[in-house]
Amino acid sequence: MNYLLFVVFPYACLSIFLIGSIYRYKNRAFTVSSLSSQFLEGKKLFLASQLFHWGLFTLFFGHLIAFLFPRAILAWNGQPVRLLILEVTAFVFGLSAFIGVILLVWRRMTDRRVQIVTSKMDVVVLLVLLTQIISGLSVAYYNRWGSSWFAAFLTPYVRSIFVFDPQIDAIASVNSLSLKIHVISAFSIIGLIPFTRFMHFLVYPVDYIWRSYQQVMWNWDRRDIRTSRKWRQGEPSKNN
Amino acid sequence: MDVRSQVSMVFHLDKCIGCHTCSIACKNVWTDRKGAEYMWWNNVETKPGTGYPTKWENQDIYKGGWEKNGNSVSLKGAGKLRGLKNIFHNPHLPVLDDYYEPWTYKYEDLFTAPEGDDQPTARPVSLVTGEHMDVQAGPNWDDDLGGSIDYARQDVNFKDLSPAEQEVMFQLERMTFFYLPRICNHCLNPACVASCPSGALYKRGEDGVVLINQQVCRAWRMCVTACPYKKSYYNWHTGKSEKCILCYPRLESGQAPACMHQCVGRIRYLGVMLYDADKIHEVASTEKESDLVDAQLGIYLDPFDPEVIKAAKKNGIADSTIVAAQKSPVYKFVKEWKIALPLHPEFRTIPNLFYVPALMPGMATVQDGVYEESNPQFLWGGIDNNRMPVKYLSSLFSAGNTGKVVEVLKRLMAVRWHRRQVTVGDVKQDVVDKAMQEVSLGKETADAIFRLTSLATFDERFVIPPAHREESIEMLESTADVKGSTGFGFREKPARGW
Ligand code: HEM
Ligand code: SF4
Ligand code: SF4
Repeated sequence: MNYLLFVVFPYACLSIFLIGSIYRYKNRAFTVSSLSSQFLEGKKLFLASQLFHWGLFTLFFGHLIAFLFPRAILAWNGQPVRLLILEVTAFVFGLSAFIGVILLVWRRMTDRRVQIVTSKMDVVVLLVLLTQIISGLSVAYYNRWGSSWFAAFLTPYVRSIFVFDPQIDAIASVNSLSLKIHVISAFSIIGLIPFTRFMHFLVYPVDYIWRSYQQVMWNWDRRDIRTSRKWRQGEPSKNN
Repeated sequence: MDVRSQVSMVFHLDKCIGCHTCSIACKNVWTDRKGAEYMWWNNVETKPGTGYPTKWENQDIYKGGWEKNGNSVSLKGAGKLRGLKNIFHNPHLPVLDDYYEPWTYKYEDLFTAPEGDDQPTARPVSLVTGEHMDVQAGPNWDDDLGGSIDYARQDVNFKDLSPAEQEVMFQLERMTFFYLPRICNHCLNPACVASCPSGALYKRGEDGVVLINQQVCRAWRMCVTACPYKKSYYNWHTGKSEKCILCYPRLESGQAPACMHQCVGRIRYLGVMLYDADKIHEVASTEKESDLVDAQLGIYLDPFDPEVIKAAKKNGIADSTIVAAQKSPVYKFVKEWKIALPLHPEFRTIPNLFYVPALMPGMATVQDGVYEESNPQFLWGGIDNNRMPVKYLSSLFSAGNTGKVVEVLKRLMAVRWHRRQVTVGDVKQDVVDKAMQEVSLGKETADAIFRLTSLATFDERFVIPPAHREESIEMLESTADVKGSTGFGFREKPARGW
């Protein structure tokens, strides 16, 4: 059972994610969009979207750093005060994401115009996000000081998945349902990416930061056309 | 000198009869689709009025366009920092109700209603939710309401007029208005392109048409905010932004854009302008707003100048395009005759759509109940006493530089004096000469203006450079692959994502 949940399922999700999103990006580019509904309802969205995204944004990078540089985190946590600061900050951003997602759900349920543009997949998306955030908060609250113990249980597991040598003993032995849910739903989010609007954070426009503001495109080399022999003087229009 | 060619336009406002045929032509061809019902890539608004979307010109609300920032310009409500910060919620985005909620009628009820004492009615139903609705606003809701409190008086262009001056405009006998048809200006310094984080918008090198790549747009909606003319629209159904494409498939096959082809008043002209792309930044960053019109006119090059032709050829501009630039009606109106001005140059996008401001009915005055449009006693009629104050016109067409508008109005008036003398002959020669002299207008030029304004044929109004694209298809597509399909062939159905 554990093998199924913590080995087969993650790999299935990861491969679906890889193949699916590359396929969708390349062949169904028109469908890749954040599908903004601000145009239909802008006021409620403000708090909902800002709280939700900034919360998730920070947590995402928090998790990433924790998995990439566990030692740095442990070193930081050497002093209890610093541990407290880290945990409280993370919890606050978690709460922000939580309130945000609740507001998003409420908005989707109550606004008539937004209901019109709500697809089945939007419901799925909001449900897994709710699961993910609630389980995360509950881990943070009931299994406190996760930023210290994660290095013992989670980092080895996640790393083992990525080096194709799955070690599930640590994670399987953990006595916390919320943590297990948190891990499973994280993988399901990854697996859902190609089938939902989750695609939109893969196309985060980083290159905007360094590209020039204006973009001019020539369909051919504009100097080349001079030497082309095919070119000839055009004829006046005949639709007078 | 980096010479490029731009397809530009002139709209002659004196000739616009406000029939909205242009809007309908455009709607039928491009925006008669789900999610696009509310869009009018071409719309005609009444001035004074609040326009579409409501108060679009008020950048304190919408934060569109560029603003002066030191020696340069920066986007007012978008840009790298602001855009990425506001990507989760765009605080200046106009929402559906700023345009209007599109609707249709339940026509079927007219036939299926059971017999009763009352006439059956077709109730309006929303095209967004499909439910019954009470219509609150619609396209051209302020049509012809030139003196109304709710619309005309809310016009932001009154900001420089004193209350007394405004009041004069609203006196019943003096009240007046004109129509302002608008499409995308296909700007030289497009704010929409600069604002798009995904880089979905681009300006075509060959003809300057500004387009949105539908496959790259990710609905960050920054272009909608950034365009000060609000000519980029968000399609709420497909989750992609869309804008006027200047009917490029028609242009490429030598046809005028649908709105222009259909124009009943024949107010529209289209032609090539050659310009110096090296100067874009300098012109956009012009220090004083009142210099913006002159600065912009300076960017367009003389297509007869051998130096310009040489540089154009070096840049790969086809000979036929250069010939088109020489015949361009836009060049004549804008550069040679100087009677067309850009709309709101203070937005600093360097728009390529120019307007010949309406002379009538503004210049016409009512004296003792007699409608008097030209009185030889005052050479320039009511220019100081204009029913449409020059200050108002200049806040539309010259960033507040009244001199520019007066100059144009005088030239238009001089043409009238001249033609009146030719056709009716009831004005003295010396009056006409004086008028023509004051605006340094020769007889030939005046006749040419008259001709192009009122008698021009289709081919004189639309000088479309032959597209050399048909050949370039082979570089983009393998022709064998798309054999039997329409155009380039549908690659992907434009259906909403999930
Ligand atoms: C950092 C990159 C991200 C950007 C730039 C971004 C941007 C956006 C935008 C523009 C919207 C549309 C809001 C509107 O209706 O106007 C949106 C919606 C949404 N985003 Fe993100 N997002 C990002 C990351 C994420 C992540 C990491 C998640 C979750 C795993 C997420 C989940 C959602 C959801 C569920 C919605 C739909 C909200 C609704 O119910 O309307 N986003 N995002
Ligand atoms: S008018 Fe607006 S949409 Fe058109 S090119 Fe200019 S900035 Fe872009
Ligand atoms: S079709 Fe021509 S005359 Fe009629 S409203 Fe449009 S621009 Fe004016």
